[in-house]
Amino acid sequence: MSEPGENPLQDIPEALVHPRHRFALPLIWILPLVAAVIGAWIAIHAILDRGPEIHIVFQNADGIEAGKTPLRYRSVDVGQVRSMTLTPDHRSVIVTAQMSRGTESLLASDSRFWVVRPRIATGGISGLGTLLSGSYIGLDIGHSDERSKEFQGLETPPVIASDVPGREFILHADSLGSLTDGSPLYFRHLPVGDVTHFELDPDGHGVTVAVFVQSPYDRFVTRDTRFWHASGIDVALDAGGLRLQTESIATIIAGGIAFETPTVSTQLPPAGARTEFRMADNRDAAMKSPDEQANRYVLYFKGSLRGLAVGSPVDLNGVEVGEVRSISIEYDPVHQDFKFPVEINVYAERIRARYLPGSARPDAEGMRSYRFVERLIEHGFRGQLRTASLLTGQQYVALDFFPSAPRVTSDPTKVPMLLPSIPGGLDELATTLSDIARKINAVPIERIGADTDRTLVQLKETLESANRLVTRFEHDVTPELAATISEARKAMATADHALAADSPLQENLQETLRQLAGAAESLRALADYLDQHPESLLRGKAKDDR
Amino acid sequence: MRHPAPIGPSAKALGIVGCAVCGQLNRCATREEHYCSRCGATLHARKPRSMARTTALTLTAALLYVPANLYPVLETETLSGTEGHTILAGIVELWQDGSWLLATLVFFASIFVPLLKLTALGLLIFTVRTGRPWHVREQTGVYRLIEFVGRWSMLDVYVVSILVALVHWRTLETVHPGTGSLAFAAVVVLTMLATRAFDPRLLWDVAREARA
Repeated sequence: MSEPGENPLQDIPEALVHPRHRFALPLIWILPLVAAVIGAWIAIHAILDRGPEIHIVFQNADGIEAGKTPLRYRSVDVGQVRSMTLTPDHRSVIVTAQMSRGTESLLASDSRFWVVRPRIATGGISGLGTLLSGSYIGLDIGHSDERSKEFQGLETPPVIASDVPGREFILHADSLGSLTDGSPLYFRHLPVGDVTHFELDPDGHGVTVAVFVQSPYDRFVTRDTRFWHASGIDVALDAGGLRLQTESIATIIAGGIAFETPTVSTQLPPAGARTEFRMADNRDAAMKSPDEQANRYVLYFKGSLRGLAVGSPVDLNGVEVGEVRSISIEYDPVHQDFKFPVEINVYAERIRARYLPGSARPDAEGMRSYRFVERLIEHGFRGQLRTASLLTGQQYVALDFFPSAPRVTSDPTKVPMLLPSIPGGLDELATTLSDIARKINAVPIERIGADTDRTLVQLKETLESANRLVTRFEHDVTPELAATISEARKAMATADHALAADSPLQENLQETLRQLAGAAESLRALADYLDQHPESLLRGKAKDDR
Repeated sequence: MRHPAPIGPSAKALGIVGCAVCGQLNRCATREEHYCSRCGATLHARKPRSMARTTALTLTAALLYVPANLYPVLETETLSGTEGHTILAGIVELWQDGSWLLATLVFFASIFVPLLKLTALGLLIFTVRTGRPWHVREQTGVYRLIEFVGRWSMLDVYVVSILVALVHWRTLETVHPGTGSLAFAAVVVLTMLATRAFDPRLLWDVAREARA
């Protein structure tokens, strides 16, 4: 820039030069290399981290979100729901889940899956955490060695995780009561298990309940263990009076089952898993001796059966030996009459079981045989209807001996065997009273009344006519009668005169009588003589015999 | 159409290099390393190793772009557990919620712009490396655009860092930056560096050589 017109480029100085000596490493290329390595590692990791893909079928996908809902086992995420699709028949939902790596061992073919949602049941509240966090799919590992990728999801969470030690038993009952999944199981008022499952029997005649008894309590369940409903409050008003029984406060609301083993049976080995038991309605029923050997008898009672119900006790001298099995009505077309057969169960085993210890036991067959009862009947064994409580009017069937009872025979080959009955105390009294009443009733009081009435009328008529007669008698007869009487008096006076002591008639008569007496005396002397000397009749009078 | 871009002699072709530090022009006749005759700074006719740097940085950014979008940029830790949020899922959520404007904005800032930058850089690199001049003047315009727009992609990263700092309610809810946000920030920074490393004069060098 010194002179104008001059080329300014001429003044540009030469740059300083250093020989190029070092080899520049292309360090910059490390950057994409590192990025590529990291990317590749992430990708490989992601692929390796993937476990199997499984499908679970649920009734509905309530609370499940694709890409969010995790699968958890013991609160550890082991997978995530990828997608949900309806089944072709639109009845359920197939949930596809991507499991994490290393979870193959969780997928036993009998593993169970369920959706954990907040649940409020009588047994408690569960899944409260999911209120905030959203639902997740719970998982319980099965025991099977087989692996599966297709599962049927449960609608309700399983009550007992499969790894809890213990045993499952099957109970049969008439009704479910207030039981539900998770209802507690008590052993001596100790919660030892839960109801895991229940279902209606296929024939609809009962329910089957599966219960799980946790270890170590499961060893108290033997073949002879009795189970019963411990639900709610058991109030019974029967021939035994009023009874109230509960297991625990919780069971009043939530229901439950209790079990106990009769003390004589505790030496038995523990029952195997899935042993089947019968569940009774209450403890008393449960603890009764097994009722397999029930002998059936039928009785016909004369009186009213009110107060007698199915299940009413049958007792022998106050000891319960059976129960009423059924009460029905029979129509006898021949006699045009109704009969009321009461069928009873008598448990011969109880009689045997109550034999004195140490005494020779009659063999069960003998006790059970109807021929034995036939012999008893011959000795006056009878059934009688008795009132257990005058307050409630409950009745029971008493079996007893009535030696004075009329002889009856019963055919032991018929089932149920006829057991003759005898009217009971009150029953008999009532019968007698009613008999008297019937007799009184039979008296024709009305007719008697009417007859009496009529008789009175006639009597009145008779009296009136008598009255009339007397009046007429007075008027017509009396004057004549007076005349007659005076004439009679005159006749009497004449007779009197004739009969006077000084009258000639009298004197003549006295003389005659005197002569007659002398004649009689002579006759007597003759008779005496003849008596002493009968021969004089022939020989004549002996001279100076005396 | 506009007139064709004039392609005159370049300083480099004349053997003149301006000092980047003091502005002094120097004559560099040889291909050896030169220093400024006045201040002694190293002289470069073009940005040193421009192509290598640009290519490497762009490649790295492209590689990181994948995890930046696949991995969650934000991890919220609530009572329910940890939940990740990816950029795409966030946009979809916003769109479904009806916030179309916001969704579009996020989409442009976080998905489209980084992609545009990567594509543009790729195009520039392709042109220079293959030596085939194609709409060189427009390409220069693209370069200016990406240089201008570069830092705005950092919005996401800012949002994440603010959230992480603010939302910190112990057990109730805690927010962590996810792997994605790191990758995303790296993408933005790397593309900016790549843009800086690129020397647009190379484009015209290519055009001149092609003319010659």
